[in-house]
Amino acid sequence: MKTSEVPQDDANMMQGKTREPVYSLDEDGNYTTVQSVGWEPKNEIMKEVWEVVNEKAEKARQEVISGNVSPIAYYLEKNIMDVKLLARYMGIWSFRVKRHLKPKHFNKLSENMLKKYAGVFNITTKQLLDIESLKNVDND
Amino acid sequence: MTNKKRNINLNFKHKQSAHCENGVISNLLGYYDINISEPMAFGIGSGLFFSHMPFLKVGGIPVTSFRPVPGIIFKRISKRLGIKFSRKKFSKPTRSMEALNENLENGIPTGMLVGVYHLTYFPDPYRFHFNAHNLVVYGRKDNIYLISDPIMENLEVLTYDELLRVRYAKGLFAPKGHMYWLKNIPETIDLKKAIIAGIKHTCKDMLTIPVPMFGVKGIRFLSKKVRKYPKKLGARRAASFAGQIVRAQEEIGTGGAGFRYMYGAFLQEAAVILDNNKLRQLSFDISEIGDLWRDFAVITGRIVKNRNKIDENYDKAADQLLIIADREEAFFKKLKNSI
Repeated sequence: MKTSEVPQDDANMMQGKTREPVYSLDEDGNYTTVQSVGWEPKNEIMKEVWEVVNEKAEKARQEVISGNVSPIAYYLEKNIMDVKLLARYMGIWSFRVKRHLKPKHFNKLSENMLKKYAGVFNITTKQLLDIESLKNVDND
Repeated sequence: MTNKKRNINLNFKHKQSAHCENGVISNLLGYYDINISEPMAFGIGSGLFFSHMPFLKVGGIPVTSFRPVPGIIFKRISKRLGIKFSRKKFSKPTRSMEALNENLENGIPTGMLVGVYHLTYFPDPYRFHFNAHNLVVYGRKDNIYLISDPIMENLEVLTYDELLRVRYAKGLFAPKGHMYWLKNIPETIDLKKAIIAGIKHTCKDMLTIPVPMFGVKGIRFLSKKVRKYPKKLGARRAASFAGQIVRAQEEIGTGGAGFRYMYGAFLQEAAVILDNNKLRQLSFDISEIGDLWRDFAVITGRIVKNRNKIDENYDKAADQLLIIADREEAFFKKLKNSI
């Protein structure tokens, strides 16, 4: 690829926080780097990846609101985790996390456990317990 | 946390790089006046690779990779240049921060492994649970740590709590507070020997591993799989699988086209050092191969865009991979015979 061909397709994937150096050939045939803000095919693929994440979170949100699962199920998807990873962060066995996905068990969780879950999800205990506010979340 | 409140700001030169592992090595060595560019670190460390492992899945999608396992580039470079690193992991998180503070007090810029998911300064769309990211801490101001992250254009900062959190990310490749720093530097470095060792290793990896998942064989193997994706998986999932390949290829840190361009930059530098003009010629070949990978990404990008209906471009994508495999096979054979 020539330096003049390095794509600059901005889809705000970098949020202005950085740009990516791409190695390419200048006019004299020497390699150099050009800062790029993005590339269309890659942007499209990243969008698809987030679409999958958001779809899962949305599904979990609906389930939480209907009372089928506990709020942990929603925040788990929102944080792109699975039960195994969440269990690692919590420092407990997977089967216990699985159990806490059920409202029945979730409602019996100690203050300490709730605080720990909230900490992993980077929210407050109050937010974790507040199912009502989940009704206004938009997962786009 | 230590009570010492001495502010430290080591005179660390931050140079942005495409790939974090090469970048940290290059920047750390630069602090000690050893000038190894990112492509040079990449080439000596035999960073170019290909593997497709259908049984190893992340998020339910098979892993395709354009690089060896994290940490290997590091190992190979230190071995080939004769540089020794000290490495430490800590079971107790607070201890890892004390050790970092001690290092800074002693004027040692310290590299470490972190997870990117909780990396506050990272662009949000790229924050996944990937735990083999490298950065350097080069100073401290009260509770704030000064960070040289090779992926970022500018210098960054993290608070004590933020740094602790990313150093103890969980999951695959959990860093466990892993940190490293330069222990000793040899008096002379035999760059020529290191370059030749690096090139030979890459050729061997790409051409001769007797398992169909690796190197050029791996690309052909992937081609077969891609051709079957739409029938086997249905439109939506097939698109996710195909997209994942391009994500690995064009991920932040590859410098474009799955490191092929970066390897070209390495070959150009190597051509000068080894006084071997064949390598310069080959640096143009690998750029063309990089372009073929980019074409593959364009085809795949289109597939992903039309993800809700079965796309007939899967055959085209699979064919493209076969073309690439042939080109890479010829390339690495030529490279092997050029040194």
